[in-house]
Amino acid sequence: MIIAVASGKGGTGKTTVAVNLALSLGSTNLLDCDVEEPNAHTLLYPTNVQTTPVTVAVPSVDQEKCTLCGKCAEFCRFNAIFVGKSKTMVYSEMCHSCGGCSLVCPEKAITEIQRPIGQIHQFTINDTHLVYGELSVGEPIATTLIQAVKSYIDSDTINIIDAPPGTACPVIETMRSSDFLVLVTEPTPFGLHDLIMAVEVVRELKIPFGVIINRAGIGDEGVESFCYENKIPILMRIPFDRHIAELYSRGLPFVQDMPDWRERFKNLFHEIKRLIQVGK
Amino acid sequence: MANEIAIVSGKGGTGKTTICAALAMFAGDVVLADCDVDAPDLHIILQPTIKSSSDFVGSQVAIIDENQCTECGLCEQACRFHAIADSLVNPIACEGCGVCAHVCPENAVQMTDRQSGALYVSETRIGNMVHAKLFPGEGNSGKLVTEVRKLSTAIADEQETHTVLIDGSPGIGCPVIATVTGIRLGVIVTEPTMSGIHDMKRVLDLLKRFRITATVIINKFDLNLTNTEAIEQYCQENDIEVLGKIRFDSIMTQSMVAAKSLPEFAPNHEISLLLKRIWRRITDFIT
Repeated sequence: MIIAVASGKGGTGKTTVAVNLALSLGSTNLLDCDVEEPNAHTLLYPTNVQTTPVTVAVPSVDQEKCTLCGKCAEFCRFNAIFVGKSKTMVYSEMCHSCGGCSLVCPEKAITEIQRPIGQIHQFTINDTHLVYGELSVGEPIATTLIQAVKSYIDSDTINIIDAPPGTACPVIETMRSSDFLVLVTEPTPFGLHDLIMAVEVVRELKIPFGVIINRAGIGDEGVESFCYENKIPILMRIPFDRHIAELYSRGLPFVQDMPDWRERFKNLFHEIKRLIQVGK
Repeated sequence: MANEIAIVSGKGGTGKTTICAALAMFAGDVVLADCDVDAPDLHIILQPTIKSSSDFVGSQVAIIDENQCTECGLCEQACRFHAIADSLVNPIACEGCGVCAHVCPENAVQMTDRQSGALYVSETRIGNMVHAKLFPGEGNSGKLVTEVRKLSTAIADEQETHTVLIDGSPGIGCPVIATVTGIRLGVIVTEPTMSGIHDMKRVLDLLKRFRITATVIINKFDLNLTNTEAIEQYCQENDIEVLGKIRFDSIMTQSMVAAKSLPEFAPNHEISLLLKRIWRRITDFIT
């Protein structure tokens, strides 16, 4: 089973929900797909971290064979190749690894080499296995790394995915193939605006979903009314509580300090299972 | 040329937009640019009146003409993005690279423009604002951010406004790189949490890489004084100025609920006065 935790707006509590749910259930596979700013590991205590580099294919031009004909640059829609007066230059960061340049080169002067863009880290703590991607600073394209993290999905167990914020391409890449989506929001105008956006996307993907309201009580009633009017199940309300915020700031998952919440997260999981069944 | 100042954070939800709107009030003569094109929120506070809008075409998408297609499968084999199955293109997965069109022996694949978003120029109660919305599932957010910046600086230059204030997006990838390239000053809004610190360091690295002067605002600093000290120490060691520390106060959310910036909602509140001092310090940096 794959449960993805997402949100339109950043900083609403995706990681808090994903980590506390994983710890409450035990024996889960937690995958942090927010590769630009992975945070799940800051709430756990990584030991014996295994690290694997992630690479993408980029062109390498054999300048001896290259006749500067310019076909590669003409083909490339990402401005990743520039043919100068004496040399053909590759701007690797712009490359989407489509392979088009090597395909069109009449001299077979372009081969592909592997370029590192980030790393996958993983470790197990008690019975939670965390896999997270870390995009190298300065790298623009996150999608390949997200796919690499998702390749660790284990179909025999419960997979909880911590998604990046927003609704752009990296988010869709993360959500795709999930059985259920948990949208975490906060009860504020910003939270509501970005939730509406996320709901639109999720409806298009046709994945069953529900909402968790984090910091309940800080803002207004907008999110509650929106969910009610649109028949969206509110799966949980986590109250705004300075103690919870302080625990988070210290890197402590709050279920460890407030054990009654473990039960609530277990119930949340049962409700998710039920909603998946209803959706089928 | 107008000076561009961008508010970024790495981690989401640290208070970029709330702080950006407040600083804009003190800036007075300013053009605003909402470069969080994926989840723009600044308009909720500023209630802009749209003066003009345009389509954003960020890339192309492949379309297969079924009458010409012989289902040979060459395009499917050549596509690195697994965007073609059974001679049908999945537009979400398609990157618009054109490899399928190149390999098709029947010329059955056409590359067509794809509208990935919309771009707006608006008027607000404090000045002009350029904003955009990337359609769900679209890529190329960096290109749209670049368009927003181009338009906002052009407007600023035309009306002889010296400052463009940019509200950035979370993260450190494509849209953030497009937001900070070549700006005059980066203002990082962080919070004293383990994740806030972790993400701040990554965005600081990014700014350093692009040789952008970085400054820091610590929001909700009283949530964890030990972490606040750690941030201050880190900044001191790396020669980064902490512009100010804002304590946690529900007035920030109250002003958002009222669709007002903090200085409008509570002009004499201590945080309003602090933000006014912060703005003055920012202007020292750019003059």
